[in-house]
Amino acid sequence: MSTFEALAGNEAVATAMRQIDPDVVAAYPITPQTSTVQKFADFVADGLVTTEFVTVESEHSAMSACVGASAAGARVMTATAANGLALMWEIVYIAASSRLPIVMSLVNRALSGPINIHCDHSDVMGMRDAGWIILFSENGQEAYDNLIQAVRIAEHPDVLLPVAVCQDGFITSHGMERVEIYDDADVKAFVGSYQPQWSLLDLQNPMTYGPLDFYDYYYEHKRQQVAAMEKAPEVILAVAAAFNRQFNRDYGMFESYRLGDAEVAVVVANSAAGTAKVVVDQLREEGLKVGLLKPRVFRPFPAQEMSAALRHVKAVAVMDRAISFGAMNNAGPLFLEIAAALALHGERMPIADYVFGLGGRDILPGEIESVYRDMFRAAESGRVEQMVTYLSVRE
Amino acid sequence: MKIKMNGYRLDKSMEQSDEAEGLQIEIHGVHPMDGLLRTDRLPHIWCPGCGLGTALTCFLSALGKSGLNLDKVAVVSGIGCTGRVAGYVRLDSFHTTHGRAIPFATGLKLGNPELKVVVFSGDGDLVTIGGNHFIHAARRNMDITVICVNNFNYGMTGGQAGATTPIGGVTTTSPYGNYEYPFNVSALAAASGAVYVARWTVLHARRLERSILEALLKPGFSLVEIISPCPTGFGRRHKQREGLDTMRYYHEHGIIRHGADPRETDIGLGSVVIEGKFIDIDKPTFLEQRSRRLEQVFSR
Ligand SMILES: Cc1ncc(C[n+]2csc(CCOP(=O)(O)OP(=O)(O)O)c2C)c(N)n1
Ligand code: SF4
Ligand SMILES: [Mg+2]
Repeated sequence: MSTFEALAGNEAVATAMRQIDPDVVAAYPITPQTSTVQKFADFVADGLVTTEFVTVESEHSAMSACVGASAAGARVMTATAANGLALMWEIVYIAASSRLPIVMSLVNRALSGPINIHCDHSDVMGMRDAGWIILFSENGQEAYDNLIQAVRIAEHPDVLLPVAVCQDGFITSHGMERVEIYDDADVKAFVGSYQPQWSLLDLQNPMTYGPLDFYDYYYEHKRQQVAAMEKAPEVILAVAAAFNRQFNRDYGMFESYRLGDAEVAVVVANSAAGTAKVVVDQLREEGLKVGLLKPRVFRPFPAQEMSAALRHVKAVAVMDRAISFGAMNNAGPLFLEIAAALALHGERMPIADYVFGLGGRDILPGEIESVYRDMFRAAESGRVEQMVTYLSVRE
Repeated sequence: MKIKMNGYRLDKSMEQSDEAEGLQIEIHGVHPMDGLLRTDRLPHIWCPGCGLGTALTCFLSALGKSGLNLDKVAVVSGIGCTGRVAGYVRLDSFHTTHGRAIPFATGLKLGNPELKVVVFSGDGDLVTIGGNHFIHAARRNMDITVICVNNFNYGMTGGQAGATTPIGGVTTTSPYGNYEYPFNVSALAAASGAVYVARWTVLHARRLERSILEALLKPGFSLVEIISPCPTGFGRRHKQREGLDTMRYYHEHGIIRHGADPRETDIGLGSVVIEGKFIDIDKPTFLEQRSRRLEQVFSR
C-alpha cells in the first residue's frame, strides 16, 4: 500500500534511498543537498538500511569512493550540488567511462562565483558532455520517482552508465509537497538486486579498471560510450513503462502539457514547469492556445521526438536557467540543443530563448505569461523580436 | 536607484532590500571596531552564542596593535560560517571556495610578497576538505598566518561530522556518535612544520589576542587554533544549549600549558582543553629558502 506524505524534495529522495537500500553511499554536505544525506544518516543509524555510509572529506573523495565501490560490484548512490559537483569533476568522467551505474541526486544550485546557494542549472549543464544520463524533476514526486527508475536504467546491461537525477535547489528540495510513497516491498521489487557483470571482487575473473588506453583503444571505448547512450532511450522508456504500469504514472522522455493543439509553446525544465502549467491553464481560459513541453530526459537528448512534438506550433520559446557563455548569441544550453534539433528536423518556426532565474531569482507567472505573449507576436510576424532575452535582470 | 528592467517586472523582494540598507545604517550606529568592519554588511549572520564574533574581535584588535600597514594586509577565507569573515573586514579580502583558502593565499603571497596574508577559516574548510593544502603550506613554511576556528563540525551546512569531530560527537551525520579518529589541528600543523602554533578558546580572549598578534608578526607559517562554541551545530547536541554553556565548559576544562607537546593536546568529548603557545621556533620561510638556494647556485 502506498501512503501520501507531506515531504520536502530532499526527504522524498532520502526515502527513495531508504527503500532502494544501496550497498554504499558516500557524500559530503553541501547546501541545498545536505538534508538528503542527513536524513539518510538517520536511516543508517536506526538500522533501516544496510548501507555502508561514508562521510568522506570532500566531494572528490565522495565520487572516488563511489567509483571504487561500484567497480567492486556494489549498488552505489551519492548526492551533491553546485560546487560539490564541480569538485567531483575529474571523477564524474571516470564514472561514466568506466561504465559504473552510480546514481546521483543532484540538487541544482548556482555555481560560484560569486558564491550563491540558490537554484539555477549552471551545475548540471556543466556535466552535459560527461557521459551521464541526466533526468529532470518538476517536484518532489518526480525526484522520488526518477531516483527509483534511475537505478534500473543505470544498471541495465545494455546501458551501464551513471545517472544524475536533478531537482531544483530550495524550490523543490526544501518545498514541502504531497508525495505518494510506494510500498517498500514494491519499490524493492521494482529495482531488484544488482547483478554486476564485471566486479573487481570476482576473484575467479580478475580484471582491471582504468588502465592506460592510448591511440590503440581509447577511441573504441569512447565509441562504446556512445553505443550505450544510443541504447539508453529504449531502456529509459521500458523502465518508465514498467514504472507507469506498477505505480500508475505517466513518464516518458518528456511531458507534453496541453501541447497537442497549441499554437505557441514554451519549453522549460524542473520546477519552473510547474509555474508554467498554471500560466498555460490561465491563458487557455482566455481562449489562447498555449502549450508546454517539459524535458525529463536531458541526456540522452530526445531531439527527434521533441521536434515531432513541437512540429505543429507556430513559435517556440525555450526557457533556460543557465547561460552557455560565448555560445551562439550567449544563449542557454537547452535552447541551443532544441534550436539545433528543430532546424535539423526541418522545422522552421520562430524560436527564442529566455534566460531566467539565475542564482535563485524568482520566476513569476506574469513573466512566463509575457513570454507566451511574445510568442504570439512572433507567430504572427514569423520572426522573433530578440533571439535571447535575459528576463528580469538589471541592465 | 533607477532600474531598467528589460521590459519585464522586477521581483518585489529586491526593492525591499534596497530600503533595508538605509535602515541598517540608522539602527546600527558606531562601534569601536567599525573602522575595521564593513558595516554595510552588518548585521552578521552568526547565531546568538556563536564564538565567531569574539574570534573576529580578537583578530581585529590584534591587527590594530600589530602596527602593520593595513593597506598591505589581505584576509582570505574559505566557505563556512567562519569563512564569512572575509566579507566583514574592511580590508582587502577574498572569499574563495570551500577548502581552497590556503592555496589562494599562497598565490597571493608569492605574487606580492610585501603583503601580510591572513587565512581566516573553519576547521572543516582548513583541515577536512582543504587538509592537503594545510599540511603543504606548513611544510613549505609559507609566510602566512592561519587562524582556524575549530567548532568540531561543519557549522554552516547544519552541523555534520568532519575531520575534527571527537569520537562520540553527535552530529547530523553521526546521530549516535562519531567513531572516526579526529585530527588535532595544532598537532597537525606542528607535525607538518609550522613555526608558530597556539590554541585558545574564545573564553581566553586576551591571551588569544596576544597569540594572534605574535602570529601576525612571525615570519613563516603560523597557526592559531581557536576553540569556539557552535551552539546551533554542535553545542546543543552535547548538553550545551547556549554559547554560554560552552563558555562555562571552557572555564572548567581549559588548562593552560605553554610549550606542551602538541601530540599530547588531543581534545576529546568532555575532556580537558589544553591551551597555550605550543610551538614558537625560527626557520627560514619558503621565500628565504628559495633565495638562499638560488644564491648558492649562482655564486658557484
Ligand atoms: C566544494 C564544496 N563542498 C561543500 C560545500 C558546502 N559547505 C559550505 S561551508 C561547509 C562546511 C563549513 O565548515 P567549517 O569550515 O568547519 O566552517 P564553520 O561553518 O563550522 O565555521 C560546507 C560543507 C561547499 N561550499 N563547497
Ligand atoms: S552554525 Fe555554529 S558556527 Fe555557524 S553561526 Fe551558528 S553557532 Fe556560529
Ligand atoms: Mg567548523
